[in-house]
Amino acid sequence: MIDTSKENADRLTKMSKQIRLDAMDMALASGNNGSHLGGSLSCVEIMAVLYGEVLNFDVNDPLCETRDRFIPSKNHCVLSHIPALSIAGFIPREEITEFQKDGGRLTGYPMRKEIGLEYSGGSLGMALSVGIGIALALREKKNPARVYVLMGDGELNEGSVWEGIMSAAHYKLDNLTVIIDRNRLSYDGSTEDVMQLESLYDKFLSFNWHTVCCNGHSTQALLEAFSSRIEGKPQVLIAETVKGKGVSFAENLPEWHHHRITKEQYEQACAEIKGGAAN
Amino acid sequence: MSYTSSEIRTLSRLGQRGAVFGNAMAAIAERKDNLKLLTADLALLSGMTRYAAAYPDKFLNVGIAEQNMIGIASGLAMEGYCVFATTYASFIAVRSLEQVRQHLSYLQCNVKLVGSSAGVVAARSGVSHWATEDLAFIRALPNMTVLSAADSLEAVKMANYAADTDGPVYIRLSGGLNCPIVYKEDYDFEPGKLIKLRDGKDAAIIATGLMVSESLKAAELLAQSGIDCAVYNMHTIKPVDKDGLKEIFSAYKLIATVEEHNITGGMGSAVAEYKAGFANAPRQIFIGFSDRFERAGSQRYVWEQAGLTAEQISERIKGEPR
Repeated sequence: MIDTSKENADRLTKMSKQIRLDAMDMALASGNNGSHLGGSLSCVEIMAVLYGEVLNFDVNDPLCETRDRFIPSKNHCVLSHIPALSIAGFIPREEITEFQKDGGRLTGYPMRKEIGLEYSGGSLGMALSVGIGIALALREKKNPARVYVLMGDGELNEGSVWEGIMSAAHYKLDNLTVIIDRNRLSYDGSTEDVMQLESLYDKFLSFNWHTVCCNGHSTQALLEAFSSRIEGKPQVLIAETVKGKGVSFAENLPEWHHHRITKEQYEQACAEIKGGAAN
Repeated sequence: MSYTSSEIRTLSRLGQRGAVFGNAMAAIAERKDNLKLLTADLALLSGMTRYAAAYPDKFLNVGIAEQNMIGIASGLAMEGYCVFATTYASFIAVRSLEQVRQHLSYLQCNVKLVGSSAGVVAARSGVSHWATEDLAFIRALPNMTVLSAADSLEAVKMANYAADTDGPVYIRLSGGLNCPIVYKEDYDFEPGKLIKLRDGKDAAIIATGLMVSESLKAAELLAQSGIDCAVYNMHTIKPVDKDGLKEIFSAYKLIATVEEHNITGGMGSAVAEYKAGFANAPRQIFIGFSDRFERAGSQRYVWEQAGLTAEQISERIKGEPR
């Protein structure tokens, strides 16, 4: 049962703030390499709600059969995913800034189930199908665990995604939830200019998915959206978000998809996040 | 499991694909609880109808969606299933190659790819349905085992081996109905080990897939001209049989690699890559498709353009200094 109370939503909003601050530490640590700040900040609340409430897991038994499977298809969400894993207790806080270290265990989107990294995503358009395979397996084994696949909106340009969308509905996978981080920007600009996605809601609905749109930066709205399920249908949350959310100079700018950050920008961003600009 | 001569003839009539999916997979399903067989709308053609009816829980048809098939196969494998995924070799090794690279090669999901109609079996369908680069694509991927069946019995043995081995495997099936028989009697299939099918002192042919039986015929023709040519079946393209190859390199001045595949990146290339490290190694002639697309027609017609018939193979070897 998902707790949709205001108190819980407020708690998750606080957690979101911590994730954003951690993300800035990671961004700063990446130095001149730069990092995927924009698309990580857009899904901070999604991560907080998943790891703070929705997902069923046990850090002391990370391979537990009944754990929910979180599959990050847009794996460049590391700047919010790794902090969420750290807050959940999978990864020591001091390790999160080592996510680009040569040969490091967090480097290069690895699959390390023992620290909650269920899948190595990264190449877009492939993970939904894996999530479908897992969901089919869980259902057959009568395992109550659910599968959550986080996808970017730009990723929906990939044809293989629609093969998956068609088949998840065909197999009536109601143990599968897809979250679309609908930040409306891909690398080259507006998703609607690059390759039109709208009406995304109508597309999913016509593919026979239980389709829910919500404000992806409201933990309250996300909690309610996650709670809404229909038997026999896969669930999709189209979470309306802002790329770079919470950091004024990065918001809605495609160049912050992957960018380096200066010390001054870091200070400003942290001040804005602490000041509560986010949410 | 052993096979009588009459069973071997039955398998041959079914062709390599039919032998695996119309026959062997049912026996594998009987003994493996965690088996799944996935196809991309090729159940009828592959002779899976009986299997699908008998084992509905161990069967999944994903429609014409190869990329989705490999993803689903990988997800199932991550949850402990032993998954066979199959369609034409031309699609499974190419359309879904990135899914294969990420999930089978890199993440080492326990998925067995079975590519059917490899080579130019689908001769009249043209280049879109030919798989003449599949070995090159899959062989380049770390962690993959790559097998190529010479006849229907070998195809069945490979399917059984793959089912009993943990890790990703690619099985290349070729040959239509009435696939030529290389093994008239049952034998022990040992993955990774070259099989010497014919002795000879003047030269050695290393062949794979349908070219094994064609090369045996070529060796007969060569014998009539007084050339004593050995024939080896290289059924495992990856990992290569280093010991077996080393013996061949030291015994012959001339070897010919023969494959129903582009000469770039295929079995011959695998042999040459290993041979490159040896001083005084034999000269190698590459027999296969010469890095171009031949014109469509009957399988024999396509082979003739590329010099892949027994007569052409023997003539080619005859003309080489030994």
